[in-house]
Amino acid sequence: MKALIALFLAFAAAPALAQTALPPAPWADRQIPDARQERAAKALMETIRCLTCQSQSIADSNASMAADMRSQIRERIMAGERPEAIRAWLVARYGDWVSYAPSADPILWPLWAAPLVLLALGLVLMRGRIRRSRS
Amino acid sequence: MIAEAGLIALWLAASLALLQLFLAFAGLKGGKVELLAAMRPVAVAQGVLTALAFALLITLFLRSDMSVLLVAMNSHSAKPWLYKFAGTWGNHEGSMLLWVAVMGVAGGAVALFERALRRDTHMATLGAQAAISLGFYAFLLFSSNPFARVDPPPPDGQGLNPLLQDPGLAFHPPTLYLGYVGLSVAFSFAVGALLTRAVDAAFARAMRPWVLGAWILLTLGITAGSYWAYYELGWGGWWFWDPVENASLMPWLAATALLHSVTVLATRDGLRAWTIMLAVVAFSMSMVGTFLVRSGILTSVHAFAVDPERGSFILALLAVYIGGALALFGWRIGSVREGAPFELVSRETLLVVNNLLLSVILGIVLIGTLYPLMTEAFGHKVSVGAPYFDRIAGPIALTLMIAMAVGPLTRWRRDRLPAVGRRLVIPATGGAMAAVFIAAVAWGRIGPLPFFGLTVAIGVGIASLAPLWKRKLLRTPLFTWGMVIAHLGCAVSLAGMACDSAFTVEKLVAARPGEAIRTAGWTLRFVKIMPLAGDNWTALQADMAVDRGGRAVMMRPQSRFFTSPPTTTSEAALLTQWDGQLYVVLGEEVEGGRWQLRIWWKPFVTLIWFGGVLIALGGALALVGHERRGWLVKWRSRRAVA
Repeated sequence: MKALIALFLAFAAAPALAQTALPPAPWADRQIPDARQERAAKALMETIRCLTCQSQSIADSNASMAADMRSQIRERIMAGERPEAIRAWLVARYGDWVSYAPSADPILWPLWAAPLVLLALGLVLMRGRIRRSRS
Repeated sequence: MIAEAGLIALWLAASLALLQLFLAFAGLKGGKVELLAAMRPVAVAQGVLTALAFALLITLFLRSDMSVLLVAMNSHSAKPWLYKFAGTWGNHEGSMLLWVAVMGVAGGAVALFERALRRDTHMATLGAQAAISLGFYAFLLFSSNPFARVDPPPPDGQGLNPLLQDPGLAFHPPTLYLGYVGLSVAFSFAVGALLTRAVDAAFARAMRPWVLGAWILLTLGITAGSYWAYYELGWGGWWFWDPVENASLMPWLAATALLHSVTVLATRDGLRAWTIMLAVVAFSMSMVGTFLVRSGILTSVHAFAVDPERGSFILALLAVYIGGALALFGWRIGSVREGAPFELVSRETLLVVNNLLLSVILGIVLIGTLYPLMTEAFGHKVSVGAPYFDRIAGPIALTLMIAMAVGPLTRWRRDRLPAVGRRLVIPATGGAMAAVFIAAVAWGRIGPLPFFGLTVAIGVGIASLAPLWKRKLLRTPLFTWGMVIAHLGCAVSLAGMACDSAFTVEKLVAARPGEAIRTAGWTLRFVKIMPLAGDNWTALQADMAVDRGGRAVMMRPQSRFFTSPPTTTSEAALLTQWDGQLYVVLGEEVEGGRWQLRIWWKPFVTLIWFGGVLIALGGALALVGHERRGWLVKWRSRRAVA
């Protein structure tokens, strides 16, 4: 039981330790003064996965890692980087998993083709049910 | 003793399901339709027993009986009674018992209330319902027993996830499950009709109220879940394309398509095979959703039981039921004769378009949700989220909305294109004027999807009311009112979504008590911050005096600390105005006595859920409208007898 309590305390203390160990994230919850840049940053954040959460974007997560990534994104946007370049940098660092926007990688071609295939299939099926209008 | 009684009730219910299946088999095999009379009480008793088992589990939770493992794992004696009660289904076993109870009660209702169905079809339907129930009884009894005891009992329980400790838990899951599992009735009807070769208009008229009922509850459940996520998670989002949300959306899409195709079958005796297919697909989607959530193969905020064994069990059930139904479909559908094809310009065609587009959206959501699993099998982890679904499903949904506007303004059987065009002049003009106005006001700030969304919402909103023009409103049939209100609800909801994504103003600020914050025409005076204690939490609460020129209103966002289990949640403060909501969240303390605040002004965001309620209300009116005739006839005949 004592060991359990010790373990519990260790877990409870871990986030506090982690927080002090992390570098500060000054732009995690601070908006960029330029509204256009802030909109671009926000739009990007909404499509980046929080890696320590369960299916949440970093734009709506309390996790410290998400805060860190938000700060990174704002700083890079202010430095003039383009959102897609930042996404590419994040993907290079954390893998495709981090981006909610599927890329054009060949493994994803079926995903992009699926809607067209479904529509085409549906139209073919539908043609059988509808009579050509009598001219 | 209560837990043992619950377990006995479940075993009895399972035995009755077996008996029910046997009776259906014997009755159909021997052509003895009079066995239906014997099946009725069996199905009703099964419903009563499952409801009893569920009521007993609720009792255990209310009493905080820690000798029951499930209660000890998921409850705590210091919780407010509402969360002890609602916590019954805030876990894997309890929610599966709710599933089984809904299935049992739905079967009992079909036995008790269904009078329009042919007797042999009725029998086969009850048999099918018993067959599905059996699988889930087995799942519950062999791998998810909610009544298991623990010895020795712990002094107190581990508590419920604080995010779930909200009145939303009392309403959202039961409603959703009623809809989700209510679709099992449509599935059983389809199987029954295939087995007894009874796919026709009369069958569709018998099935329609059951589909409508499930669909109404599903609509309400999804709407409630979306609003709950919106205010509880504290980030102002209302839909995340989370796998579990998708799992609830997929049955809804299928049920919506089914609702429309069953109308074509009931009115014009067309789309027979397709309607049966949709009835099978709708409940299959409910089961797929359950599998995705319960197996834990997809990470999600909803996944509380990650257990591969249970996952394989549900996967086996899925394979048996969906595979079985599809095999039956393939075997029997050849004998289902389709009626004559439709004219191109007719309401039937637009309903087919509705079905086509809903099915495509369903396919996209299904593929998008499962795709990361497939690539992971190849060692490549990807995420598919809002950018994919919005971009792909968004335009298709807008096209669907336009079809929805045109459909009710087109006649059954055959119409003339110029006549349809004339009826669309006013809505199209309204939409075009809206487009010009929005472009003038918000060009450069509004993305293409919200822009078209808002334009279509306004045009479709006007068009949805058009079926009422030049009609005596009091003499308009109730189901026409239902259709109009449901369609208007879709437009209203879409307008809310578009306004939220186009015009939301966000303000992130670190402020000290005494400071004032200005955003989107509002002034928020940060008065003070103080500690607070509830039943099983302590909190810090910020007092914000908020106004936009008029009298100030107090908003009190909190940051709550729960002890069992130890968690922090933020309780957003919401101020609802006619033209939107002000949303304030209290974050952590930052340096120098400042507090992090997140403030959103969300114009017309409430329309999203108001629209959802309208859709459900429209469904309810249609249900009453269709059923009232039957009730009137019955009432008159009863009075004549008296």
